[in-house]
Amino acid sequence: MPQQVAVIDYGSGNLHSVAKAIEHNNAVDVVVTGDPERIRRADRVVLPGVGAMGDCLEGLKARGLDQLIDELVGQKPLMGVCVGMQILAKSGEESAGVEALGVFPGRVTRFPREMTDAAGLPYKVPHMGWNQVMQRAHPMWSSIPDATRFYFVHSYRYAVTSSEQVVGVCDYGEHFAAALAREGVFAVQFHPEKSHDMGLMLYRNFLTWDGTC
Amino acid sequence: MSLAKRIIPCLDVDQGRVVKGVQFEDIRDAGDPVEVSRRYNQEGADEITFLDITASHENRGTTLDTVSRMASEVFIPLTVGGGVRSTDNIRDLLLAGADKVSINTAAVFEPELVKRAADKFGSQCIVVAIDAKSVGPDRWEVFTHGGRKSTGLDAIAWADKMVEFGAGEILLTSMDRDGTRDGFDLGLTRAIADTVTVPVIASGGVGNLQHLVDGVIQGHADAVLAASIFHFQQHTIGEAKQAMADAGIEIRQLTG
Repeated sequence: MPQQVAVIDYGSGNLHSVAKAIEHNNAVDVVVTGDPERIRRADRVVLPGVGAMGDCLEGLKARGLDQLIDELVGQKPLMGVCVGMQILAKSGEESAGVEALGVFPGRVTRFPREMTDAAGLPYKVPHMGWNQVMQRAHPMWSSIPDATRFYFVHSYRYAVTSSEQVVGVCDYGEHFAAALAREGVFAVQFHPEKSHDMGLMLYRNFLTWDGTC
Repeated sequence: MSLAKRIIPCLDVDQGRVVKGVQFEDIRDAGDPVEVSRRYNQEGADEITFLDITASHENRGTTLDTVSRMASEVFIPLTVGGGVRSTDNIRDLLLAGADKVSINTAAVFEPELVKRAADKFGSQCIVVAIDAKSVGPDRWEVFTHGGRKSTGLDAIAWADKMVEFGAGEILLTSMDRDGTRDGFDLGLTRAIADTVTVPVIASGGVGNLQHLVDGVIQGHADAVLAASIFHFQQHTIGEAKQAMADAGIEIRQLTG
């Protein structure tokens, strides 16, 4: 029987692309579910998220899934995607300040409003499009060249980049965390399911990742 | 090393079929939006825009089905526009697999729709499409109905207002240039791109690769959209990217 991946559904929007990207050319059984029991039974868990961090947290809490995620950390491989990464942080300033899950210690804050490039042009927010990720050694980057471009779309970011837990750094007027990792958890700010072949490769790597850093 | 400028092929779709004479020799069904988008995906398109030009009420089901099939096979962002009039329309498209939904005419008649949509689904997936025409030196007005009806709205002020209402991106089409192959209206593109705080996609008039380069360098566009130069295989997406790279523009090269 193929291994099972649960994509957590907590009302945060369309999860079709995430599920299809994980399934693409892989022998895996993907279930999109908000049922805690089905999530517990899965071999691996993906925590997606689009929209506002506060709404996502509310959706999780309303279904009692915030505690489940705490329980899963270190137990089975967990992958956070976009706002799914942000809600693993300690807190965020979106929606007038929210307490998040605290799997990673940093805060998620908005890109500064007054950033300009060398030509004096302002940086547009949201940060939207394909940007390079500078890797720090991690098994999830297997077969993915350093500085590969992934697709981002976000206005808030995990600004800490010095910590050992930051395994991918992106530059948009300043450095921010594109990927975070700790035992059993890997989280990315970009959308692998929208990042063409290398995004699909990252999901494939997740299917064989043993959870070590 | 920074954010890449995007190249976006646009598919005009009428009742589920790509129009404007697509001429790919090596794909089985050049009228099938899924086949065409798969091809653009392989060539390295950074996103795909799907414009439903029929957008009649009876046609919504076909559009949703097509979007769903595209999203299952093409793992790059997909923007869908045409006939979007309500948050229900937007929700249906997002659930079918669109990453962004473009609002055009409805935004003019009901600006609050943009606000409601951004509140409900997030600015990141709300694109406001603006069709503009020159009405004097450095003055452009918003038009509807394919450029036939004036709205009296100043395009720059309108773009600014739409961003304030929650648009996460502006798709800017010059109705003077659309279909001419004479290049973007660079003055218009630059005026809007330098005013708004969100990304601007330049559209309307691309006839050669230099036009794409000009849209970024002179027009300050964050992304460039074109239909016919790609559909007729006058150029591949790869050639367009090479032209941009040769001009010193940061682009995304395919890996491997």
